[in-house]
Amino acid sequence: MTNVITNEHLSPISSKRVNKEGLFKLYGLAAIFFALSMLIFLLITISYKGYSTFQETRIKLDIYFNEELIDPTSTRESKTLNSADYSKLISQSLFTFLNIDKNHPKSKDISSLISYNSFLTVRDHVLNNPDIIGKTKKFDLIASDDVDQMLKGNIDINVPEENRKITDFQIEAIEKLKLNGNILKVFNKTFFIKSDSREPEVSGILGAIVGSFYCLLVALFISVPLGVSAAIYLQEFAKKNKFTDFIEININNLAAVPSIVFGLLGLSVFINFFHFPRSSPIVGGLVLALMSLPTIVIVTRASLLAVPDTIRDGAMALGASKMQAIFNQVLPLATPGICTGVIISLARALGETAPLLMIGMIAFIPDVPTSITDPATALPAQIFMWADQPERAFIERTSAAILILLSFLIVMNAAAIYIRYKFEKKW
Amino acid sequence: MYLILAVLLCSLYGFYIGRNKSLSLIKKEDIKNLNSKPNYHGYYIFFWCLIPSIIIYITFSISGNILIKSIVLNSVPNINEMSQTNLKFVYDQIQLMASGTADAFNTDEQLITAANKYNSLKNIANISFFVIILCFLSAIIIFLKRKIQINFPARLKVEKFFSYVLLFCSVIAIFTTIGIVLSLLFESVRFFKSIPFFDFIFGIHWSPQMAIREGQVGSSGTFGSVPLITGTLLITFIAMVISVPVGLFSAIYLSDYAPKKIRNITKPLLEILAGIPTVVYGFFAALTIGPILRKFGDLIGLDIVSESALAAGLVMGIMIIPFISSLSDDVINAVPQSLKDGSYALGTTKSETMVKVILPAALPGIIGSILLGVSRAIGETMIVVMAAGMSAKLTANPFEAVTTVTVQIVTLLVGDQEFDSPKTLAAFALGLELFFITLFLNLIALRVVQKYREKYD
Repeated sequence: MTNVITNEHLSPISSKRVNKEGLFKLYGLAAIFFALSMLIFLLITISYKGYSTFQETRIKLDIYFNEELIDPTSTRESKTLNSADYSKLISQSLFTFLNIDKNHPKSKDISSLISYNSFLTVRDHVLNNPDIIGKTKKFDLIASDDVDQMLKGNIDINVPEENRKITDFQIEAIEKLKLNGNILKVFNKTFFIKSDSREPEVSGILGAIVGSFYCLLVALFISVPLGVSAAIYLQEFAKKNKFTDFIEININNLAAVPSIVFGLLGLSVFINFFHFPRSSPIVGGLVLALMSLPTIVIVTRASLLAVPDTIRDGAMALGASKMQAIFNQVLPLATPGICTGVIISLARALGETAPLLMIGMIAFIPDVPTSITDPATALPAQIFMWADQPERAFIERTSAAILILLSFLIVMNAAAIYIRYKFEKKW
Repeated sequence: MYLILAVLLCSLYGFYIGRNKSLSLIKKEDIKNLNSKPNYHGYYIFFWCLIPSIIIYITFSISGNILIKSIVLNSVPNINEMSQTNLKFVYDQIQLMASGTADAFNTDEQLITAANKYNSLKNIANISFFVIILCFLSAIIIFLKRKIQINFPARLKVEKFFSYVLLFCSVIAIFTTIGIVLSLLFESVRFFKSIPFFDFIFGIHWSPQMAIREGQVGSSGTFGSVPLITGTLLITFIAMVISVPVGLFSAIYLSDYAPKKIRNITKPLLEILAGIPTVVYGFFAALTIGPILRKFGDLIGLDIVSESALAAGLVMGIMIIPFISSLSDDVINAVPQSLKDGSYALGTTKSETMVKVILPAALPGIIGSILLGVSRAIGETMIVVMAAGMSAKLTANPFEAVTTVTVQIVTLLVGDQEFDSPKTLAAFALGLELFFITLFLNLIALRVVQKYREKYD
């Protein structure tokens, strides 16, 4: 029994080497874990910061349409109605509700509880139904961003008064409103139907989404025909010579040129040379088209390459010309792959910001653009602008806009994957 | 607008004519003799209508505008005394007044007559355009209709045309590159006229504030790009320190260790990191990582500013992980199985095979992928704009704020710009520098990757 053979003797691998092997594997796992945990951390922090945007605070208020304030001479002319001081009307109704004298030294604090832009809602109501003057009606008015942030718990009310954005007097009023059930939390529709604004509580992303849509539309109509044709030429027709090599090197290099350089190109060529309108989606779309062109060429070539030569040979054996074989047989078979590539490259273009900064698509634009030559902004540019704003409420809105952008990207990529699995033929 | 519509309609009519002509030919003669299908005859006429019309339109509108400009400006008195910029301003004013959008305050008699003249000339030009193009279209349709005979090779001609169109589309890539180089060069040359080239390349002070008024104090503006380059390199270095090991080890694990199931889930998840827009990373770096690092620094007694190079570099590293990992994964997988098998047969462990056989064989490809990652890090804009600072300091301390080439391009060009000051032109010079640096890296990387692929294919 002395000749006990231990495991170590049997195995040609020493325990040191085994440990090393385990360590190596551990490094790999740790690397993956690090990358994925960063991804999750990023997504969670942004969702955590942004989800509260989808709720907004409104203040339910009985508004007494005081004839003396709106239309003292009872003319009911739209000009008088249009220029009346509705902010004062709202403030007065708020004062009556809270039993505050309108000459109270801090009465300004109270009127600022309600978003400054609320008078537009009230005005439009009066303009549409002038009969309401002299009567009382309930309105759900958008609360100011400070109130909204306080109720969402983003303003610490325990810090000294001078260090926070909301005064004790205002908190008192809010508590009173809350007790009476006059504070509502509703789904934030404003965020989806309004465009940029200086007031966080009435700013939205509609204008940015429309701007992005126009940009992508222009990019799509330019880059797809050009890219697909270029790929067909390079893959199917080009003879291998210095010239086509040069084109190829160019395309591969363009795919790796920093996006900001494309922005500089757009600025100096499209805006300064061709005098296209600044900040317009047409310039943005052109720049994005040039940027996504190389990607589209590369993916189209890959999917053309995936179509087997038997298809070409078969078509040509039946008497088709090369052009006919490619356009009638090969191209339809490659279409799913091309679509996938195009969608993915457009998704990348949607998230691109730097070139848009160069061509001035980061202007403050409170209107929804109506054509591709209107000044507009794009979703990522809007995110960039809001991220620069000091207000707490804008941080929340930035995160929410990021969530919207990411969900667009997810939808586009999911569509691409669906097309790939559903339609792509494996040969 | 009407013109475009008319041209399109005429071209479609041409298609119809061509098609019908060949259909009528079939009736008279044997169909076997018809060289091309009827549609090709249609296309033939269609493109002969469309393309020359476009060319005529472009040449005429450019030359017409130049002509109108000279006539209108010459009709304005005292024109010879004005400078070039003034002239442009006056002409803009006339154009605005002619379109009726100019302000009502401007009631200069001369300008009004000029605007009226502009309008009448424009009308004449438009009508003559219309007539010329319509004449051309009808002439070409009649001419081509005669040309179409039973043995006319319309298909060959159309296909030839198509192949030229395809060639043209692929040449767009070259045009784009040329456009980039020319536009950057053109503005840079103007910049180097006021700032010496070597001061820009080797200068170590960057403060692009120019005097707005004459004689303003302390704002002469120095344009030395060295601090920007070092800042860029510092952030790039931090990014690569994060992304190279993580990306490489992820690739190794995924290609050789991970069970298929994990690989199928993890690979797309890593790709998500590449799909997240950079503006999102920037926001993440500025509002999450920056403050976390600062607090952490406070905790251990280090002075980390919130806009530190570390925060930007870290997040940029995370962004680049998937580039490195997917490219390295490809090259590791491209190493022939025979090499691996040979190594295993000698009794090595998996890690020993990886380190001693596969990685050396895949090294050129991995270096290529790292170089592509570096080029991406250098050109990355949004993360550094949002998370790195503005101060151009010459430092290697990652806890301090540095600025980069791309940050400065953005700061110089966003906001009010006038195209004569070196301040805005400096952005183009920086862009040129950036373009050549990344071009150099890309070319090396592509060359290395390509050569390596050929070796094993």
